[in-house]
Amino acid sequence: MARYGMVIDTRKCVGCTDCVVACKTENQVPEGLNRDWIADDATGSFPTLHLEIRTERCNHCDSPPCVACCPTGASHVDPFGAIVLVTPEMCIGCKACLASCPYDARFVHPDGYADKCTFCIHRVKDGLDPACVSVCPTHCMTFGDLDDPNSEVNRQLASRPPHALMPAAGTEPRIFYLT
Amino acid sequence: MRELVLTRHNELIDPLVRVWGWEIPVYLFLGGWVAGMMILVGYFLLRGRNREDTCVCSVLPGTSFVLLSLGMGALFLDLEHKLYVWRLYTTFEVTSPMSWGAWILLLVYPALAAAFALRPPGILRDLFPAVDRLSRRLDTPVGVRGIAAANLVLGIALGIYTGILLSALGARPFWNSAILGPLFLVSGLSSAAAFGHMVARHQEERELLARSDNVFLAIELFVVALFLVGLLSSSQAHVAAARLVLGGPFTAPFWVLVVGAGIVIPLMIQLLAVTHRIAHTPVGPLLVMAGGLALRFVIVAAGQVSHWAKV
Repeated sequence: MARYGMVIDTRKCVGCTDCVVACKTENQVPEGLNRDWIADDATGSFPTLHLEIRTERCNHCDSPPCVACCPTGASHVDPFGAIVLVTPEMCIGCKACLASCPYDARFVHPDGYADKCTFCIHRVKDGLDPACVSVCPTHCMTFGDLDDPNSEVNRQLASRPPHALMPAAGTEPRIFYLT
Repeated sequence: MRELVLTRHNELIDPLVRVWGWEIPVYLFLGGWVAGMMILVGYFLLRGRNREDTCVCSVLPGTSFVLLSLGMGALFLDLEHKLYVWRLYTTFEVTSPMSWGAWILLLVYPALAAAFALRPPGILRDLFPAVDRLSRRLDTPVGVRGIAAANLVLGIALGIYTGILLSALGARPFWNSAILGPLFLVSGLSSAAAFGHMVARHQEERELLARSDNVFLAIELFVVALFLVGLLSSSQAHVAAARLVLGGPFTAPFWVLVVGAGIVIPLMIQLLAVTHRIAHTPVGPLLVMAGGLALRFVIVAAGQVSHWAKV
């Protein structure tokens, strides 16, 4: 069974927010809420400044605290690609998963349930890339099976040293950034 | 220099997490208070004090029933998908403290009802003969010991669970301490003893509850210190979390309301009372209970703004 993940080349990401718009359109994300977003991360001090532009979303962690803390099983790891999902009709809206996510990737849908990125599972099941990946004008995002040694994501991961976000939180995220 | 700018502005999340408002601290406080009262009920029953008409143990179960229901009402108000609350009881999620809590609460009600039925108000006995029959059936040495044990065990479980609920959320370093369970348990015990101290009609019981409250408050002070030492000796994120109450934005409410007005001042008042230098007054107990509530408000609020370094 696949274990889907994503590699994002931050040298190619220009922060155009096409991925954000594509996600909102594809998934009908309500106004004022986002399943994915852009982070502009500036570090250093003049004149040695470094700017990393990243597209971020749920990290579909291998050790997802949102799934562990869910009291009803609404948050779960789907057998298809080990994608972390929420079943709206099982969610009571207790918000424990929002508090448990170090990436603050979840939000409350106006209908009352916890919502987040699904890696566009409906598209992936049809053999397509997630909407954000498919529209990226710079092709900075690569989506695929991390367990397949011949997949494009693994080729990308081998090309440059990758880093994940907040590794100290111990959630084993499956989105990697190439710097 | 580090500057992180996000295009995300999700409600309840940005710029700082504030997913839980007043409902959760109120629920945690009432749950802890009830847990403490169940432990006291268990103790008094084991000591055979239920034979006394004026025993405070005949007041605590009914009060607990009302307070716990109010707490669960607050919890229900916090839910965003209220009509699906029944989903809590269609599964048991072993890794979820909230699931444990839901099932513990289901067991707490019968234990409280049984303790209440041992000595129900006379009017209930007169109006409903079945209550009188139930009371007589339960009031045997085995029955009383069983009810005492159930209240003790479930009280401890409920008290610790209210802390574990938060400490299991590792994304928030301020909550990520195993000390939170014992802290909330001892705080619940001190609130329960304070309440018992206030409503006890027996001089001997009032003295006992005041003395035990002083012990609980002293332990609570020690556990608060352990909690902070634990955070300060952990990772950088935990140290930053501790600084929220050590010079950060929660310093004043934590030290003034929780530690000062909620522990130290009532401890001094009650020490004077038990050494008979001043009369017993409700001031100390009321401060203890207000401090218990403030503790939950500060912990819940500070925990939500604490986070791991963003990269």
